Amino acid sequence: MNDSAVPMVLIEGLTKSYRRGGQIVPVLTGINLTVAAGEFVALMGPSGSGKSTLLNLIAGIDKPTGGTLIVDGLDIATLSESELADWRARNVGFIFQFYNLLPVLSAYENVELPLMLTGLSGKARREHVLTALQMVDLTERMSHYPSELSGGQQQRVAIARAIITDPTIIVADEPTGDLDRVSAAEVLGLMDRLNRELGKTIIMVTHDQRAASQARRLVHLDKGVLLDNEMAEAVKRDS
Amino acid sequence: MAIPLYYVARNLGARKVTTALTADGLALVVYVFATVLMLDAGLRQTLVGTGQWDNVSVIRRGSDTEVQSGVEREHADIIESQPEVALGPQGERLISKETVVLISLNKRGSEKPSNVVIRGVDTMGLVVRPQVRIVEGRMFRPGSSEIIAGRSIGGRFTGAGIGERLRFGMRDWTVVGHFDAGKSGFDSEIWGDADQLMQAFRRTVYSSIVFHLADAGAFDAVKARLESDPRLQVEAKRESVYYAEQSEQLSQFIRYLGITLSVIFSAGAIIGAMITMYSSVASRTAEIGTLRALGFRRGSILWAFLLESLLLGAVGGVAGIAAASLMQWVSFSTTNFQTFSELAFSFTLTPGIALSALAFALTMGLVGGVLPAARAAQLNIVDALRAA
Amino acid sequence: MYLLKLIVRNAFRHRLRTALTVLGIVIAVLAFGLLQTVVGAWYVGVEASSSTRLVTRNAISLVFPLPLTYEQRIRQVEGVRIVSRTNWFGGVYIDKRNFFPQFAIDAEPYFQLYPEFRVPPEQLKAFLVDRKGCVVGRKLAQIYGWKLGDAIPLRGTIFPGNWEFVVRAIYEGADAKTDESQFFFHWMFLNETLKQSAPRRANQVGIYLIGIANAEAAAETSRRIDAMFRNSLAETLTETEKAFQLGFISMTEAIVVAIRIVSFVIIVIIMAVMANTMAMSARERLPEYATLKALGFGPQFVRVLVFGESLLIAGLGGALGIVATLPVVNMFGSVMAKLFPVFHVSTGTLALQVAAALVIGITAAIVPGARAARIQIVEGLRAIG
Repeated sequence: MNDSAVPMVLIEGLTKSYRRGGQIVPVLTGINLTVAAGEFVALMGPSGSGKSTLLNLIAGIDKPTGGTLIVDGLDIATLSESELADWRARNVGFIFQFYNLLPVLSAYENVELPLMLTGLSGKARREHVLTALQMVDLTERMSHYPSELSGGQQQRVAIARAIITDPTIIVADEPTGDLDRVSAAEVLGLMDRLNRELGKTIIMVTHDQRAASQARRLVHLDKGVLLDNEMAEAVKRDS
Repeated sequence: MAIPLYYVARNLGARKVTTALTADGLALVVYVFATVLMLDAGLRQTLVGTGQWDNVSVIRRGSDTEVQSGVEREHADIIESQPEVALGPQGERLISKETVVLISLNKRGSEKPSNVVIRGVDTMGLVVRPQVRIVEGRMFRPGSSEIIAGRSIGGRFTGAGIGERLRFGMRDWTVVGHFDAGKSGFDSEIWGDADQLMQAFRRTVYSSIVFHLADAGAFDAVKARLESDPRLQVEAKRESVYYAEQSEQLSQFIRYLGITLSVIFSAGAIIGAMITMYSSVASRTAEIGTLRALGFRRGSILWAFLLESLLLGAVGGVAGIAAASLMQWVSFSTTNFQTFSELAFSFTLTPGIALSALAFALTMGLVGGVLPAARAAQLNIVDALRAA
Repeated sequence: MYLLKLIVRNAFRHRLRTALTVLGIVIAVLAFGLLQTVVGAWYVGVEASSSTRLVTRNAISLVFPLPLTYEQRIRQVEGVRIVSRTNWFGGVYIDKRNFFPQFAIDAEPYFQLYPEFRVPPEQLKAFLVDRKGCVVGRKLAQIYGWKLGDAIPLRGTIFPGNWEFVVRAIYEGADAKTDESQFFFHWMFLNETLKQSAPRRANQVGIYLIGIANAEAAAETSRRIDAMFRNSLAETLTETEKAFQLGFISMTEAIVVAIRIVSFVIIVIIMAVMANTMAMSARERLPEYATLKALGFGPQFVRVLVFGESLLIAGLGGALGIVATLPVVNMFGSVMAKLFPVFHVSTGTLALQVAAALVIGITAAIVPGARAARIQIVEGLRAIG
């Protein structure tokens, strides 16, 4: 576990814009954000607010246009594409709204996938996979394919995959967006355990109030800008 | 490569109809390619097996084939007297003076004629050609109007079966035996007594002289002597070389036509592979994004898709080779352009051909897959993930 | 029409896929046309046959000659108008690869018999007075750059020795189908030379070409000629020119059949590609077809959409392929001029190409069309493709 004085994520003056046609479209403007190690943060805001973009930048799957982005002491904005790939493999766990499991791989193989980027032997990998599957309580279904699993089960497989390399942060983009109430509760409970018991830093984008309430800190965005709590309330009232 | 092979293979299996159709197209091209090479190999094998390295064929200078050639009797005696001519166990000279003509015979069951070689041999004819054996009936009696037919001719031409008769030179000739010449060109010939045939055709000259060398290395010496002798106007070649040259034109024709066709057809199959692979990439855009997010490099993605199309090529290749190997049961006969006579041969599958065909298949897979794989590797992570 | 608009727009939705499919069909139709033309080139001799020409050869085979004395007797036969002698010379011009047919002919009757070989009168006269003269086809002269007055050396193979001829005339073919790659010289010259060098081979004719007055009498006249020489040293076989030419083709029949079969293989290959494309497109659009049905369009409408798209793509590819065939055939023909003296696309081939494109378009759409027509609305709307 990190020294709680050093933040896990330190963002200063972060901007991101796209070029569309001949124009430059700004998506994020002057974001300043600090996330401590072991925090469970929810990023919220109306659609188009840039919350997913912010998440993508923190996860290292997109590059900022300007500003500093330091994750676990490393300025990831300066990394090359292949360095970023290696960094993600070791440091980031992903949970997506539509699970993003590979349909031709079994649950076991999906969880094993990130370990293929390490030098571990088949036997060592097996140990890790079984541990992760046990954690999400899916060992009996490990040889099933995604098409044979329910939404909630697929998301649990995804969570096992997200923790298999023991990453420092976990990013989740609408993890409960496609789930019914019961499954959503299960998934959120799991994420809570990951945070409390394993001390994983979790940053989550969500629309779902229940998911937001599971997080311990809420951050609001609107039109690419971070809002403080008052503005957040105002926005909520108006929407 | 970090992405496991079973991921690649299973993706092929996931879209069965598409994979089957694309692989079938590739298989057909490989089948055509392999079959053509097999036909050429069969042709070469037939003609190479037709001659012996230590036999010498002597024909008139300037003639391309025995049929065009004429060697006078006195000249034949000069050739016979060469010291390099091998001697048999009873001291007899192993030399065969032959007359070769073509006769037009009809194929059984149709009116279609073909030119068949009739070779008049003397008693030494079989001796200098040890690969020829009588397999049915018997040898013709010297001095009679009896003939024997090669296995390939006996069954396919009217009048060439045992007991049947052919009429030419105002005489009836009875077929008394069939011979097997080890799948060589002689299988497509009819043999008879040289003197009888020469009488019937009113020929006074031989077509060619064939003799066995006592020492295979003595060829150059006897060749030089015969060709520089002012009395003779002849050309001497090793028998196997002579027959191999007879197939040059036909062999070239088969190869050029076949390879041109295969290349043209491969364009069609490659397009099929490209369409399939592009579609494969498009339908798995979200997966690609996921893999990249998890930390797999662009190179791995490129390799995964290239491997998929290579595998597709391999499947098509194996299927095509398997189908082509069935052609070994089919026999092929045509008129050899150079000799103007009927020649039967078959399709021969060699390990070299199988390997070439497989390489061809893999190349098609590679060419078809390279652009789609590049596209997959170039995808932007965020955009790809949005496709989920 | 709304349907047409839908079909066209659908076909070009996936521009890359459609472009690749069209390209594939273009290649297939082109290759098919080329191969059928190659087969057609084989039959050039048959096409050029006249129903009033007969060929008399030695019954044993073409390798055996006929006596010169037969000529007079053949001329006496009822129905025979013209008789010309021809010997196949088979010489080599510099290199064995420079192959072209060479005939020693009896000039006056020969050119009467073959009016399709058009020789300018002054040139013909010059040829008739020069015993070492030769008449060559225009295409042949073009390939080797021969002009009137040039000396052409030939190395004899059947008739050994070094022979030299002087180009006295260049003939043109009456139409595109006439072979302009032939080489003629005087039979008399061949015979004189043989009388000196190989007397036993003199006064022998390879084949007799016979012109008859009346095409219906062909069989009858042939029989009469052959009956005349039965039980003689050189029995004859007389047949129509067409039968004679067909005999040649049947000798290499296996190759012709193989090429024919292979030309259909390319069509099958592209059918697989096209079927794949249509199957993929249809599968992706199942929700759309379900939607159309929900809106009230019947299953036939949907099926027609699929067939329409398939036929549009196949039609486009077919049309482009046919348009490309002519220049490709011309190019191929000039490169392979030595092997195929007459090489042009027949209307039959064009018709087959159109048929091929149609077949491709229709077969590729059968299964996807049926699937689209049968899709249950609810099922289709649920499918994510």
